[in-house]
Order: sequence, then structure tokens, then C-alpha cells
Amino acid sequence: MPTSRRKFIKISALGLGGLAATGGAMNLMGMNPLLDAAVKENVARKLSRTPTYCEVCFWKCAGWVYTDEQQNITKILGNDDDPHCNGRLCPRGTGGIGMYTDEDRLKTPLIRSIVNGEETFREVSWEEALDLIASKFTEVREKYGPESFALLKHGSPGKHLEHLFKAYGSDTIAEPAYAQCRGPRETGFALTFGSWVGSPEPTDIRDTECLVLIGSHIGENMHNTQVQEMSDAIDRGATIITVDPRLSTAASKSDHWLPIKPGTDMALLLAWMHVLIYEDLYNKDYVEKYTTGFNKLKEHVRTCTPEWAYAITTIEPEVIRKTARAMAAAAPATIVHPGRHVTWYGDDAQRARAVAMLNGLLGSWGNRGGFYFKEGLKVPKYPHPEYPKPKWGWEAIGEKYPYAQMGITQELIKATIESEHNEHPIKAWMVAGTNLTQSLPQQEKTIEAINNLDFLVVVDTMPMDITGYADVVLPECTYLERYDGIRSAPNRNPSIAVRIPAVKPKYQSKPAWWISKQIGERLGLGAYFDYDDYEEVIEWQLKQLGTSLEEMKKIGVKNFERTSGPLYLKEDQDHEFFTSSGKVEFYSKDLKSKGFDPMPVYTPHPEPPEGYYRLNYGRSPVHTFSRTINNPNLSALKDENTLWVHPKVARIRGLQKTQEVWLKNQDGVVSDFPIKVRVTERIRWDSVYMYHGFGHANKKLSRAFGKGASDSQLITRTAVDPLMGGTGLRGNFVTILTEDPHKNSVI
Amino acid sequence: MRYAMVIDTKKCVGCSDCVVACQTENNVPEGFCRDWITEVVSGSYPNLELELRSERCNHCEEAPCVRCCPTGASHVVEGGIVLVNASECIGCGACIASCPYDARFQHPDGHVDKCTFCHHRLKKGQLPACVSVCPTKCMYFGDLDDPNSEVSQLLKDRKYKTLAPEAGTKPHVFYLI
Repeated sequence: MPTSRRKFIKISALGLGGLAATGGAMNLMGMNPLLDAAVKENVARKLSRTPTYCEVCFWKCAGWVYTDEQQNITKILGNDDDPHCNGRLCPRGTGGIGMYTDEDRLKTPLIRSIVNGEETFREVSWEEALDLIASKFTEVREKYGPESFALLKHGSPGKHLEHLFKAYGSDTIAEPAYAQCRGPRETGFALTFGSWVGSPEPTDIRDTECLVLIGSHIGENMHNTQVQEMSDAIDRGATIITVDPRLSTAASKSDHWLPIKPGTDMALLLAWMHVLIYEDLYNKDYVEKYTTGFNKLKEHVRTCTPEWAYAITTIEPEVIRKTARAMAAAAPATIVHPGRHVTWYGDDAQRARAVAMLNGLLGSWGNRGGFYFKEGLKVPKYPHPEYPKPKWGWEAIGEKYPYAQMGITQELIKATIESEHNEHPIKAWMVAGTNLTQSLPQQEKTIEAINNLDFLVVVDTMPMDITGYADVVLPECTYLERYDGIRSAPNRNPSIAVRIPAVKPKYQSKPAWWISKQIGERLGLGAYFDYDDYEEVIEWQLKQLGTSLEEMKKIGVKNFERTSGPLYLKEDQDHEFFTSSGKVEFYSKDLKSKGFDPMPVYTPHPEPPEGYYRLNYGRSPVHTFSRTINNPNLSALKDENTLWVHPKVARIRGLQKTQEVWLKNQDGVVSDFPIKVRVTERIRWDSVYMYHGFGHANKKLSRAFGKGASDSQLITRTAVDPLMGGTGLRGNFVTILTEDPHKNSVI
Repeated sequence: MRYAMVIDTKKCVGCSDCVVACQTENNVPEGFCRDWITEVVSGSYPNLELELRSERCNHCEEAPCVRCCPTGASHVVEGGIVLVNASECIGCGACIASCPYDARFQHPDGHVDKCTFCHHRLKKGQLPACVSVCPTKCMYFGDLDDPNSEVSQLLKDRKYKTLAPEAGTKPHVFYLI
């Protein structure tokens, strides 16, 4: 797939000897022999602790990094005062130590060079790499305008680089976390309640009496607070209802598991609304006081009977009725969970809206045991000059989608591929903290876009697949080795958490704030980076918030009192929702005026052709996407994914457990690597399932390379959400190959 | 004093945090573990049961590993905790073969290794690492001889099982079902 202009370079191609030698040296100085000795002699080590918040996933739990006298990190524990973790990290947080110790980390800046006629990476100094990058920023600004330099990002480093880009004059910025993940639910909820769900979700699971999960895998996704509170809910005997074609972990803990036919959730949601309305079970006080469009909704779902839905979903009418009654019995302490990764079938914002409307009928938004009113603390901006106003940016690129509220990655990709009427030509990318070839669907398009670029710089801690396409690779240090912005996330109470470096950056790696400042200064934007160390920024901000760096170093997390009012609606309280009507909108005039269905409608989605199975994918509790697969601690727990197939499918296709197979999708794309078969009753016969994030193609990831198959590679078809541009990913179908299709080719 | 661990399978999500926490707390060599997750699926789609549970050394009252150890390296300390004294262990592997739970392994240094219920932490009044980190709080630890302890209360109120009861080892790890 890579063209001759941009040959994919495996980072190991050059400098292998040097890197190997460094690795050996690190082993000699590394922690294990010292720890062994300490354990054997039973000597109690003196440990000190530094506060951090986790970067292994977006939940950002606050914790303590323990280091011994030799500056070795020994363990990471949760911070007891942190509302995100309550002192208990998940396996990835506990295993975050492996992000630091991984000997495959990027170690020096690298520049794509031609050596003996071969494209390869050359290890260079920071000076050389930064000078080159700055010259490219200048070149793009002069030739096309700053808007043509795009930033694709994820996580904490993205924030620092976003500041650089805005100072430079570009807000051509996007992240897969929006259009490939939670974007549609934010649109669906905003159109109904006038508010995004946001992160962390303000679901009051702690006090709920009925939790409804629709394709949401709490327990396999380790969204810490939610996992903890669901466990409490189980203890309290709350009713749990899970809708999932697969017996997920959550499904196995549920009172009701609805093994729905994939792609038909909308029919179930409409039927549930039908039962609530026509059995007179909905929350009448709430609907009367806070909502608009109820009569239209009543008429809209009149024909959506459980019998109608049965034929579509395969869920028996009595089960649909029984579960709707259970929700109503617990209401308003019922949560129909908005989910997180919701880009499934292309009508996802409308499905999220149906979820929101169901919550509206139950009166759960703003009530105990439903959704609470979250509150966060606004961290004051460290003073800097105004950003220049770009001529165009993510908004103009995504203007086809009226409800897009963040950059749409796929639209940025389109704008990067040359075409006749492209008004927004993108010529250079910076990619930070996201492995685009795995985090985006339609790999071929991503690579085509990359091949159209004048310049690509990748900032990462690891030699992820995307680094192989870069002109310059910058080694970022891990979260355990750097300062970052103050974490201020909305929860039941406002709280802040700090990230202080526990150890010095390994190798030549550097923090993203430093990289941004260095590039900024080279571009004459020094006024935007008026500090020597990011510590000064945090120190200033903490002072504004009435605390200090000194205090925060001791406590890590600080909780504040609420100032925005109570957590829930008070009885008979007037409340204005942030919708145009000020009410919860069952009927959306706004959608209607823009030519969309004002209320969600069931649309059938494509079915797998004969001999093909729907490709479903999900999370392993020990991994975050593709970024942790090489982590030594976490790879030890799960180093490859398996293909879940129903025993019937295994019998028909003659598959044995642990047999290696390859997958071919509806467009003829074949998985690079084989995947082992797992025969299990936990899955339907019309679909297969695998954990996301595996099947890495870069040999430099010594533990992850070639282990398992990549679902992303097989997702070549997307169903685009007409409201906000999200890419539905669950309409891809695969067939199972038992012979090695790559036998005669070299990968 | 009889230490026991009680694990609620109704709450365990099998996330393996107990496994990672044990590895970092006890410096378990790469490629080995002192605790692990077992998944048992029964029934057929869609009438299914799934049990997830965290397993480890059961610190048995009738410990076959202690009985068969030729050097006395495997021994029982206060509270019924079964430990291995690395310097007395000759690595013969008899205990590994005798354990019905497959809870022991040969450490690369030659001796046999396994879960200690975090004996070193108990001495400081702390819970075992696995119990202390579990996000679902599905693990409980305490004294069976104290009728008011959380573990005694749970075993009084809830249905439970032990693993491989037919081996007659009288395990001290209990699973709520």
C-alpha cells in the first residue's frame, strides 16, 4: 500500500546496534536486580511518592507514583481522594509503570533520510529536528497559509500542541475520539437535553435502581468510576439490563440480558418508548413540567409495538415489556446509559437521541439515581496574546455536517487528498498520541492522504505504526516523567489533580509542552510560551485557584464545594434546559428545519452476505486501544487477540480452537496477520468478535508485532452520520480463511 | 487467627488488576504470576452463565505442598499462611506437583514461588495488594476465627464454594456465588 514516495520505514531499520546497546545498559542499571536483592534480604525500601494522573486512558485517574532511593518506579497506586478512582486504579493504571519501562520506546528524534538510495530514519539531535519542523511550519504558512497545517491528536500532549497550532494560526484540528467514538452521543443528548454527556459521564450509578446498558461494556471498558459504581449497584441489588449480541461481562452480571440481533437497537428503543407511553408508565410529572413534543412522540411510536420490534430485534415481546416496566418501576432512578463508543451504523446521533428521549420519559436527567448535574472548576488560562483568526479550519472542512462540534478526522483526510474543488487543501500534519492507522477506519484512505502530504511529523512515546510514515519522529516522554495541565473534570463535586514528574525523562525523550515551546520560539511565537518550565504555569494557575504547587505535591487531588446549585432537580423546581425551547425536546424543530427526522426512525442496516459474519470489536480490560499492547506489564496479561466464533460456525467451517485463521472483508481486504480461533457460546452465529488494538505492523514493537489481527484494517466501509459526520464502523463483514493468503508474498 | 480471602464472583469483572498489582508489589518475574483470572462459561446461547474469578494459592488448612516438602521450606506461619522459605527450597518441584490449584511455580532463581497473602503487608496492618486495588471491591480479607469479621459475616450470609473441595485440602479462599 505505501507508495514509492513514502516508503514505510520500520524504525529499527537504522540505529539498531545503538538502540540495542542502550537497552543493555538500561538493564544493568534497571530496577530488577536491585529489587531482587532487596526482596531477598528482606530489606524494607524507603519509597517516596509523587502525584500524577493516569494517561493510559482518558479517564485520567489520579494516583501516586512510588519511587525508591535509586529513582526506580516501583508501583503506582490510586489517590484515595480522587473521585475518578477512589484510591483504586484499574489494571492499566496499575500497569502504567510499563509505559515507562518499555525498552522499545522512542529514544531520539528521527529524520527520514536517504542512505545508499534507501529511505531510512536517521537519529538526530533535538536542534536539528526542531529546526527542520520550524522551517516546514514557515514554508506551509508562506506557501498555503497556516490553516494548511493540521493537528491530529489525542490526550494530554494534544493540548500543548493545540496551543502551538492556535498561536501559529491553525485550528485545522481533529481527534478520533470525536467522529470515531463519542461524537454522536453528544449530538443526540445536546439535541434532547441541551447538554453534552461529556467525560466522565454524569451517570449516577452509585444511587441507581435500574441500569440499562446498550452495547456498553462496563467491566471490559475499565472506565473506573463506572466500574466501581456498577459493582456497588450489584451489591445494592439494583436491576441491570444489558442489550448486547454478545454475552459481555456486564451482560453476565445482569438481571436481564437481551441478546439483540446486531444493528437493530433503534427498534428496541422505539418499542420501549411505546410500552412506557401506551402502558401509561412514563414519568408524567417530569414530562409535563420539563418536556415538549410528547404528543408527537406518542403518535410517532404508536406502531412501534413490542411485536413489531420482535420481528426486527429477535427480542421477545414479553421481555421488551418486562424490561420497560422494570425501568419505569425504578424511575427516575433509572439510567439508560449513553454509551461511549457509539459510532456503529451511521444513524448513531439519532440512536443516541432515542436513548436520551427514553431517559426523558423516565425523568432520569437531573434526578438521583439517573443523571446528576455535574460541576467542574474552570482553570484560569495562563496569560498569552490573542490567537490569530484562521481563514478556515475544522468547522469549514466539516460544514456538510451541521451538528459537528469538533473536527471530523475523515473530513480532514479528504481535504488532504488532492481534488479539483478542494477549498481547504491540507499539506502537512502533526500527529500526536494517536496511532492513526489503527484509530481510523479506511486505512487505505489514511495512507493515501499521508502520501499527499508535504510533511508529516509524529509525536509519540512508542514506535507506533504511524511513526513509520513520518518525515520526523519526536520522542515524547511518558506521563510519569513530565508536567502536564491541571486535570479539572466535571463530577459530583469540582476537583483538580496534578501531574508532577516522578522521574527524569528516559533516553532523550521530552514533554509535549517543551516541544511546543521550542517550535513556537523558532516561529517567533515566544510570547505565547512565556515560561521556562511548565511548572510555572501550573504554579500560577494553582495560586488563582486558591491552592499552591507545594500543597498539591502533598495531596495530589483537591476537592471543592459545589457553587452551581444542587446535584439534582428539587421538587417543583423550574429548570431551563439549554435547548432552543428551554425544555427536553422529544420533537426537534431544529432537526426538522435542517431536513432531518425530528424524531428517530428505525432504518434497517446491511446484513452480512452468505458466508460472511458481522465484524464486532470491543475492549479488553487490560488494554487501551492499540497504545498499550506493547506495555510489558499489560502484554504479559494479554499479548494477542482471538476471534470469537460460535460453536455452530466452528462446526460448519471446520474450525478448531486456537487454530490460526485469516480474515477477508467484503471489500477483499485480508488481515495482515493470523488470529487464533476462540470457540465460545458467548457470541451469536451471525457475527464474530475480537478485541480492538492488536495486529501491530511495526516490528520495532517487539511484544506487539504480528500478534493477532487488527479490526481497524478490516473496517474499510463506514456509514457516515449525516448529522455530525461520525463514521459508523459496525457494518463490515468478514469471512474466515484457513489457508495463509500471504504464503507467496512478503509483508 | 485464621486468615481467609473471600471473592464475590457476582462482582468480579475479571479485569486482572489483582494480577498486575501483585506483580508490581511482589516483584514477580516477567512471564510468571502468583494470581490469575479464570473464566467459566456454561450453558448455550442465549441461556448462559459466566463466572469470572481471581485465583491464587488457597493457603489450605490441609496443605499437600507442606506435607510433601522434603526440606521444610514450605511451611505454615501464624494465621494459617503457607509460605516458602527460598533459602531452604531445593527446587525439587514436589509441591508444584502436589498442588491441586496449580498455584506454585519455579522462580528463575531456582526456588518455588507463590502467593503469600502479602505477608509483608499484613505485618504492617495493610491488606494484600490484590485486595487493596480491586476496582470492584469484590475481594475481602480477614480472620475466620473472628465471627464479626467481614469474611465471617459474608460466609454466614451468602452462598459460597471453594475450589476442588474433593481434594480435601480445606482451602482458605472462598468464592461467593
